[in-house]
Amino acid sequence: MNQLISTSPLSLPSRAPVAATEATVSTFGHDPWWLILGKVVAVFVFLVLITLFLIWAERRIVARMQQRLGPNRTGPFGLGQGLADGIKLALKEEIIPAMADKPVYFIAPIVATIPAFLAFAVIPVGGVVSIFGHVTALQVTDLPVAVLFILACSSFGVYGIVLGGWASGSTYPLLGALRSAAQVISYEVSLALALVPIFLYAGSLSTSEIVAAQNRFWFVFLVPSFVIYMVSAVGETNRAPFDLPEAEGELVGGFHTEYSSLKFALFFLAEYINMTTVSAVATTLFLGGWHAPFLLSRVPVLNSGWFGLVWFTLKLLTVLFGFIWLRGTLPRLRYDQFMRLGWKLLIPASLVWLLLVAAMRTLVVEDVNLRRNLVPVGIVFVVLLLLVSFWPSSKKPDRDGEGEDGHPEIAVGNRAFPVPVLPGEQTDPTLAPREVTRA
Amino acid sequence: MSEPAGEDPASAATPTPDYTSSYNPNDPYASVRETTEGPIYTVTGQDWGDVLGGEGVNTERIVVNMGPQHPSTHGVLRLVLEIDGETVSQARTVIGYLHTGIEKNLEYRNWVQGTTFVTRMDYLSPMFNETAYCLGVEKLLGITEDVPVRASVIRVLMMELQRIGSHLVTLATTGLELGALSMMLYGMRERELILDILEMVTGLRMNHAYIRPGGLAQDLAPGTEEKVREFCEIMPKRIQEYDDLLSANPIWEARTRDVAYLDLTGCMAYGVTGPVLRATGYPWDLRKTMPYCGYESYEFEVPTQHSADAYGRYLVRLDEMRESVKIIEQTLEKLRPGPIMVADKKIAWPAQLALGADGLGNSLGHIREIMGSSMEALIHHFKLVTEGIRVPAGQVYVAVESPRGELGYHVVSDGGTRPYRVHVRDPSFVNLQSVPAMCEGGLIADVIAAVSSIDPVMGGVDR
Repeated sequence: MNQLISTSPLSLPSRAPVAATEATVSTFGHDPWWLILGKVVAVFVFLVLITLFLIWAERRIVARMQQRLGPNRTGPFGLGQGLADGIKLALKEEIIPAMADKPVYFIAPIVATIPAFLAFAVIPVGGVVSIFGHVTALQVTDLPVAVLFILACSSFGVYGIVLGGWASGSTYPLLGALRSAAQVISYEVSLALALVPIFLYAGSLSTSEIVAAQNRFWFVFLVPSFVIYMVSAVGETNRAPFDLPEAEGELVGGFHTEYSSLKFALFFLAEYINMTTVSAVATTLFLGGWHAPFLLSRVPVLNSGWFGLVWFTLKLLTVLFGFIWLRGTLPRLRYDQFMRLGWKLLIPASLVWLLLVAAMRTLVVEDVNLRRNLVPVGIVFVVLLLLVSFWPSSKKPDRDGEGEDGHPEIAVGNRAFPVPVLPGEQTDPTLAPREVTRA
Repeated sequence: MSEPAGEDPASAATPTPDYTSSYNPNDPYASVRETTEGPIYTVTGQDWGDVLGGEGVNTERIVVNMGPQHPSTHGVLRLVLEIDGETVSQARTVIGYLHTGIEKNLEYRNWVQGTTFVTRMDYLSPMFNETAYCLGVEKLLGITEDVPVRASVIRVLMMELQRIGSHLVTLATTGLELGALSMMLYGMRERELILDILEMVTGLRMNHAYIRPGGLAQDLAPGTEEKVREFCEIMPKRIQEYDDLLSANPIWEARTRDVAYLDLTGCMAYGVTGPVLRATGYPWDLRKTMPYCGYESYEFEVPTQHSADAYGRYLVRLDEMRESVKIIEQTLEKLRPGPIMVADKKIAWPAQLALGADGLGNSLGHIREIMGSSMEALIHHFKLVTEGIRVPAGQVYVAVESPRGELGYHVVSDGGTRPYRVHVRDPSFVNLQSVPAMCEGGLIADVIAAVSSIDPVMGGVDR
């Protein structure tokens, strides 16, 4: 395995020498304190701004899909709506339920928010640039296991949801919290498994090195990984159609039903930042990170330094648009169906795919050139995946009224109740009226 | 049971900690009383543990009070669900949160004013309430045959428009509750077209009081037919859009197929009618089986499905909208100029409404007559308006096929100017009984799908 990972990527016969504009793990750790502080503040501001923008964009885009106008009164195009909503929320009256476990109730939104911000520290938003004479990468920091750090942050965030739901001392939040816990645990498995092929190809878990490994080919060509990752990411962030923990139609508000004012705003912020983070991870790991798209990447100026920030943001927004699009289109899955999708489809599929990728990598290490075959294999796999997921269930529902399928029987007695004859129905002699006496 | 026996006296001796100050065992409105079947608790929003004082609480079960304030309970329906994990083991419906006393109030107003009340019951299908009530009064008066053809055709037109509007709301709210937000807006968008037409004809978007005993309040506004024709061109395309958006959507199917199953036996046992019954395959539609308002002269199908689940009901509603469009097109062909009120001066309002300088009112010609030339006409008008028409003693039951099922009016007269009693068999009320049969054993999410597939309107349930 070690040998497998340390080998250069298959698609590049000899790995292109890392350009000066590409960062590696060794690039980090040399910044002066003020530069680190500046980056941290910049990331924080970036995330808050993206959230404010996203709130507005989501409402406008969904409105557009639903033939409405959406918010258009606050500032130009209604752009100030996010800020206005934030201020309104912060100024609202705080209502704490009498049954709440106060310390936990208080801590929960903070626990949910902090990891959401933390995960972004290892996301590369641009190439290596020079800031006041210091050559540094546009990334707060990087670790040899940066992707694991992101996964850890996203699983830590669910504590906030579970604690918040539990501490509210109310039924709906409790149910929402339980759903959330089950959901995140299940989907984290497939999410992580979907990323393993990337590690095999990049030969690293460091985000900056994974981006560097994509300077020619984006890892999006690992289509099944990408699909599984995106589906899991939607589940992980509790977004429609997997927004079960806060399923409005069922659980009112889910885990945050009893939250109000700034604490609710924190949960809200955490959800949007989580969405941004998983989109940023998708951008970094699958869509070439901050690299310029396609032909533009041939132009060195466009494919390095500060320009990376532009590409990164554009890609990020594209992925985020997908989230919004989903919300405008799809109904919500039921809890058990959602679990089935995770455990019975995504996890086995990602395991099989992982096996395939590992096999391909081994073949490459053994100098068998199968690069050409990889894409067809991926396509076949995706087709199979789609076939399986859309195949009509062959199980015929039990309609003989025996109640075997879980439908409760009517207490008046099976078939003893007079039922009119349906059109075209042959009257069954065994079901003939059995001495139905009428006064 | 498994608790150590020695612990009970100890826990009994310790006073129950007061978790909330809201529970008061001596509260006259939320007291505990002993019956032969055990203690009865009246719960007004406390925690079960507090109400029961810690005893008899099975910690394995959670009781969820879904509603009356809940985004998915169609107004103020309250469902008391006993859940085991996500599975609903017991579901009980609680109604009465929208009780308006309409039925009782009817007894204190004259017969014509009754339409103003009944139109407010099932607020998504006011035209059906009005028609059923007026058919009842007309039957008592013995003038069913005298109602002008044009009035009947317009009634059918209004009802079928309303049926589409009501099914659109059902589709929209079901979409919203199952998370398909866009469906909600699409449904409301098209309903707006219908409300525009209704407003054009009756002056109001709901609570029309347009259909009156003996005919209609006024004739169609000029330009209505063109507008309805436009609508008939748009609507089939839009219905196809919903079909395309939802019918084959795997998530939509997963959420509604085999959910809220209620077969023909169940429907018969509970007296369930409407799309819920037709989704079991039984084509029971009063428009076909017991025609009224001349429905026998229209060509339309009664759509059925055989799945007896929420998905089947959804398909039945889609097809019913298509059939309604067909009926509306036929009414436009049948519309001939003519009276819209019975000729009997003892029943019909003496004046036609007309637009004056100060708004809608009695026509100028009529005012000129009663104020200038005919004292008797003035007296007659005055008596008819203040006292009302007299309806011969007797009782009748008249039913129409509302979007939710059989909407029946049992109208009793003692020969006076006011109803002695009007009782309504509202389909929402009757269909709502089937909630436990549909939901128990399913998941919480299925309760939502079940209730919205029944499509209860609480205004009609509580009356």
